[in-house]
Amino acid sequence: MSTFWSVWITVITLGVIFGCAWLLWVTRKSQKFDSETDQTMGHAFDGIEEYDNPLPRWWLWMFIGTIVFGLIYLTLYPGLGNYKGVFGWSSAGQWEKEVEDAEAKYGPLYASFAEKPLQDLQNDAQALDIGRRLFLNNCAVCHGSNARGGLGFPNLTDNDWLYGGTPERIQETITGGRGGMMPAWGEVLGEDGVKAAAAYVLSLSGRQVDAGLAEKGKELFMTNCAACHGTDGKGNQAVGAPNLTDNIWLYGGTEQLVEQTIRNGRQGKMPSFAERLGADRIHLVAAYVYSLSNK
Amino acid sequence: MNTASATETYNYKVVRQFAIMTVVWGIVGMAVGVLIAAQLVWPELNTPFQWFHFGRLRPLHTNAVIFAFGGCALFATSYYVVQRTSQARLFSDTLAAFTFWGWQAIIVAAAITLPLGLTTAKEYAELEWPIDIAITVVWVAYAINFFGTVAKRKTKHIYVANWFYGAFIITIAVLHIGNSAFVPVSLWKSYSAYSGAMDAMVQWWYGHNAVGFFLTAGFLGMMYYFVPKQAERPVYSYRLSIVHFWALIATYIWAGPHHLHYSALPDWAQSAGMVMSLILLAPSWGGMINGMMTLSGAWHKLRTDPILRFLVVSLSFYGMSTFEGPMMSIKTVNALSHDTDWTIGHVHSGALGWVAMVSIGSMYHLIPRLFGLRQMYSVSLINVHFWLATIGTVLYIAAMWVNGIMQGLMWRAVNADGTLTYSFVEALSNSYPGYIVRTLGGAIYLTGMLVMAYNVWKTVRQRDAVVADNVPMTA
Repeated sequence: MSTFWSVWITVITLGVIFGCAWLLWVTRKSQKFDSETDQTMGHAFDGIEEYDNPLPRWWLWMFIGTIVFGLIYLTLYPGLGNYKGVFGWSSAGQWEKEVEDAEAKYGPLYASFAEKPLQDLQNDAQALDIGRRLFLNNCAVCHGSNARGGLGFPNLTDNDWLYGGTPERIQETITGGRGGMMPAWGEVLGEDGVKAAAAYVLSLSGRQVDAGLAEKGKELFMTNCAACHGTDGKGNQAVGAPNLTDNIWLYGGTEQLVEQTIRNGRQGKMPSFAERLGADRIHLVAAYVYSLSNK
Repeated sequence: MNTASATETYNYKVVRQFAIMTVVWGIVGMAVGVLIAAQLVWPELNTPFQWFHFGRLRPLHTNAVIFAFGGCALFATSYYVVQRTSQARLFSDTLAAFTFWGWQAIIVAAAITLPLGLTTAKEYAELEWPIDIAITVVWVAYAINFFGTVAKRKTKHIYVANWFYGAFIITIAVLHIGNSAFVPVSLWKSYSAYSGAMDAMVQWWYGHNAVGFFLTAGFLGMMYYFVPKQAERPVYSYRLSIVHFWALIATYIWAGPHHLHYSALPDWAQSAGMVMSLILLAPSWGGMINGMMTLSGAWHKLRTDPILRFLVVSLSFYGMSTFEGPMMSIKTVNALSHDTDWTIGHVHSGALGWVAMVSIGSMYHLIPRLFGLRQMYSVSLINVHFWLATIGTVLYIAAMWVNGIMQGLMWRAVNADGTLTYSFVEALSNSYPGYIVRTLGGAIYLTGMLVMAYNVWKTVRQRDAVVADNVPMTA
């Protein structure tokens, strides 16, 4: 902030505080009585009179006390424009300190698991407990506290993996995040094409569909969809293209929802937790997630 | 046209209109409050009709109790008090009628647009821009009428109640215009002229001073007339009223940033807001002391006069919540209380305990006088109302204290590995008992308002009740 605004803020802040002190001082100085009185001010409003009682002493001292506290606080902490305060405190600094303290306190615990391979941690109850708690704090909001996901959020307990279920792939997913990129096919295929493609896709997992429609859809699938989902429709974990043959549906398996997916595309987003959790914690979350499908 | 020889009179018509609507809107606003409290206990009450969902009704509740109930009480009492303490008829009967019908139209517009989902999304300033403009017009008319009456007063000095009413009227105008700077994109949609942390700061400069000037200064004006009048005692200390008036309005306007602790708001603004909030304690208590001590020598009247009980208990809740507020503004306390039910409890100890109780007490004093009567139809029903209101308030705020502190502690509890001990939903499910007690407290409070409505109805239907539109100034 510019010097002008800094001075402006300082002047009006101190002006109000000292103004209160001044007001107390002049009012007290002009008091005619030291203790309670039955003298009134000599005027009445609709019959209401006013006594000229002195300011209550305890109240006066409380007022002065808060003013003194305020001035001390503004000396020690930032408040008067650009002035940083004797303590050099800032809310960002406080947060960094708290993070640092937490890291010093909890870091060694997490580091002690970091060297152990994920498979080895599967028998370590403490590691899995910590992983579960980290999951509940950070992942459950989307994947659910039972990790079974929901519409648009993958189920992590069914051993069906979009990007792979090896320890390395799970860790990679949590660290870097993932971005789904199923394009919208509505304009390319047309409404009839969308319906046909959906019929074929549903037939892949053994669903009852119009055979003629599915036949037409197969053609469309091979030219447009197979590049990612494979000619057999079993998907490709390298690009996160789902397996379409296992009757597991991230965005719903009704005819209507599958058509919607083909028509409008889907852009699921798994955020990166690299910065938020750090490698050691991600290791434990990955161990827990891995354990859900590898009991 | 008055003939020159006619006795000068007070305009009681507008006072009566606003007084009756105070009771009506009080019931409406509190009924919506009980409904949304019940929705938190039984989510099924969020019926398939989107207009009656919690998110739509919550702003309706706050607007109805603050601006419809509280607003009508302030209009009624300020028009009454400014006339009687200035010994002058209202500056303009036309403007008075305009403010009454204009304010009612605004309330109805709010009651329609908020359930429809038309909102600016600014808390306590949700109404969209066409209604904001209407509020500005009505408010300017109110200011002209109020200060016009003060200007033509026949007393030498301006009575202290009118200082507070005056500060309330001027500051609310400034806050409303400042915070409602919107860029309209259509008839019912607009965007704030401010952005980011600046928008948040302007919003809470407004939001906290809606509390400070609407719900505190305005109702202190009410207190300064009806407490000494009902107690038939002089005001305790004139010089205390001077100090606490000026200190209150000078420091309150700074307190907004305490709503934004540990946010993107610059640290200096957070600190300044906290310091001013703490200094605000003594000026706030000045009003409580002046009200309470006015009763010295008349304490025995509390035994027989339930109206005085309403007024005194309202001052107790005022003192309590103006102590609690500065404490909650301290950063370390706020770190626990923020976003919890504690805040809701704090607001309602002010709203139910102070604002509503002082209004109810004042209405019980005022309404018979507007109908040429000496007192309400039933004094014992006032007493019943007093106990319902007190019990309702205590249940409400105690439930929210327990919930708030529990939530704050659960949210911050960590395991030995640094992970959070509780998920959000665990804190929520543990809040259910508190939500039930809160609903019960609110329902009891609402029952009291229905008793009041019955009492008012019987009062104005009495054989010797007369509609006193123009009352001679000797009265």
